Amino acid sequence: MSVRYETVIGLEVHAQLLTESKIFCGCSTKFGLPPNSQTCPVCTGMPGSLPVLNEKALLFTIKTGLAMNCGIAPFSRFARKNYFYPDLPKGYQISQYELPVCERGHVEINTGEGFLTRRIGITRIHLEEDAGKNIHEGAGPYSFVDLNRAGTPLMEIVSEPDLRSPKEASAYMRKLRAILRYIGVCDGNMEQGSLRCDANISIRPEGSTKLGTKVELKNMNSFKFVEKALEYEIKRQTSAVKNGEAIIQETRLWDTSTGKTHAMRSKEEAHDYRYFPEPDLVPFMPAREWVEEIKAGIPELPDARRVRFIAAHGLSEYDAEMLTSERALADWFEESVKLGAQPKAASNWIMGELMRLLNEDGISIEESPLAPAGLVELLKLMDSGTISGKIAKTVFDGMYRSKKSADQIIKEQGLVQISGADELGAVIDQIIAANPGETGRFRAGEEKLFGFFVGQAMKATRGKGNPAMINELLRKKLAGN
Amino acid sequence: MIESKDVMKIADLSRLTLTGEEVRLYSSQLNGILQYVEKLKELETGGTEPTSHVLDLRNVTREDRATASLPVEDVLRNAPDPKDGFYRVPRILE
Ligand SMILES: [Zn+2]
Repeated sequence: MSVRYETVIGLEVHAQLLTESKIFCGCSTKFGLPPNSQTCPVCTGMPGSLPVLNEKALLFTIKTGLAMNCGIAPFSRFARKNYFYPDLPKGYQISQYELPVCERGHVEINTGEGFLTRRIGITRIHLEEDAGKNIHEGAGPYSFVDLNRAGTPLMEIVSEPDLRSPKEASAYMRKLRAILRYIGVCDGNMEQGSLRCDANISIRPEGSTKLGTKVELKNMNSFKFVEKALEYEIKRQTSAVKNGEAIIQETRLWDTSTGKTHAMRSKEEAHDYRYFPEPDLVPFMPAREWVEEIKAGIPELPDARRVRFIAAHGLSEYDAEMLTSERALADWFEESVKLGAQPKAASNWIMGELMRLLNEDGISIEESPLAPAGLVELLKLMDSGTISGKIAKTVFDGMYRSKKSADQIIKEQGLVQISGADELGAVIDQIIAANPGETGRFRAGEEKLFGFFVGQAMKATRGKGNPAMINELLRKKLAGN
Repeated sequence: MIESKDVMKIADLSRLTLTGEEVRLYSSQLNGILQYVEKLKELETGGTEPTSHVLDLRNVTREDRATASLPVEDVLRNAPDPKDGFYRVPRILE
């Protein structure tokens, strides 16, 4: 008799907002500049300096809330979260506590079982400032502090404890990332830290409605690590509970090199943040018209677009899901359809050849050297029989690499499909004459040798022979007519 | 009523080292402040909205435009031990 355990996961996702300047001062948010070159009295916490809220940061947070079906608070304010750390110059972080900008929303995630979706609740979305960066590597008995990032606007998106598996957690992260990128508020780069994730995870006997003791996981900077860290933690907690050990409420760090989580050394009172309303900032009451205006500026989101792609273009669930995961990819596809491409064919070429080449070069669809018009030209040349499907791949590759037109590549490399009965017939006659043994065996009933003859014909025409024509002529000539 | 252990906890959170003499002194001073607040509590506030800000202002924002930062030499002028453009501090253990 063994008890089965259920996993309960909630995520706190931090997203850096794509503003030009910091949240409370005019310093630039540019990445990778010399240490402390993007700082001023406000973001270094000099006495007497005062913060002023960046309107775009507030706008982006409201936009995100609307895109994730949240209510926008008619009244919200900032709060001080007090703690000491060298990357936090003021000794407190300006964040939000009891009156965040957005509350009670949800997103739909794909559960990975068929195409069932599940609704994941969003507790709140609040706005806060990021801390600076501490550097420990190669610093000997010291640490170095760079405050360029201090004051970068961050949005914290807190989910309900609705997630039930590591797979769901990463699907949820991917969905958030897709939405954030669609609405243009965050670049979603996990490696560079513009999208970060902490997880609360606990286990409980299946059927129980009480939450177990939760552990907070940090330091997972890719979708893969989110899944791995959660998987490890489920195993650790399950075996602890089965051995009668208590789960300690603590913060644990994911260690990529060992593939394990380990408890963070921390003082007991580390979580005594003593929040109180920020006296240096007045409250915010976003006007209803402003919120409506922001709502009107939200583009069609991934879920709606996926459903439309299936209905309007006849794509499969899988293809539609893939194509709509990135706004630019979906745009590329729709542009090619608008220019006359058959949707299913365009989808196959984009997800096959185009994605393969982009991945090889490590670039995004926005940087693709090939435009939708190029693909449409190629598809037309295939439809008209000018080139074969096999040759089309060569031409596609050439277009991508050289930025030349399909026409130009076909002419330069002599790739026009050979469909002439006379020309192909002569080639086939030669093959039959040169392979009397195989011909005899085929005529004696060894049907599988047909493939051998097709291969020979393709080889002789260097892939340019019209396959349908070759089949037809081979059938005729091998039959002895 | 603030006791010595409360003062010591606050001191610890604030990274302050206090002598026994100071703990006694601040306990009595903080209790004096709390007594004053107790006095204020006698006021009738049932009809007053909770206030986080006394100014009658809302929605004070600035446009998202990058402006010049301070030169690094100036930024680090108050730093006791700068190095290569960084603040240098005793190693932080995680
Ligand atoms: Zn600044």
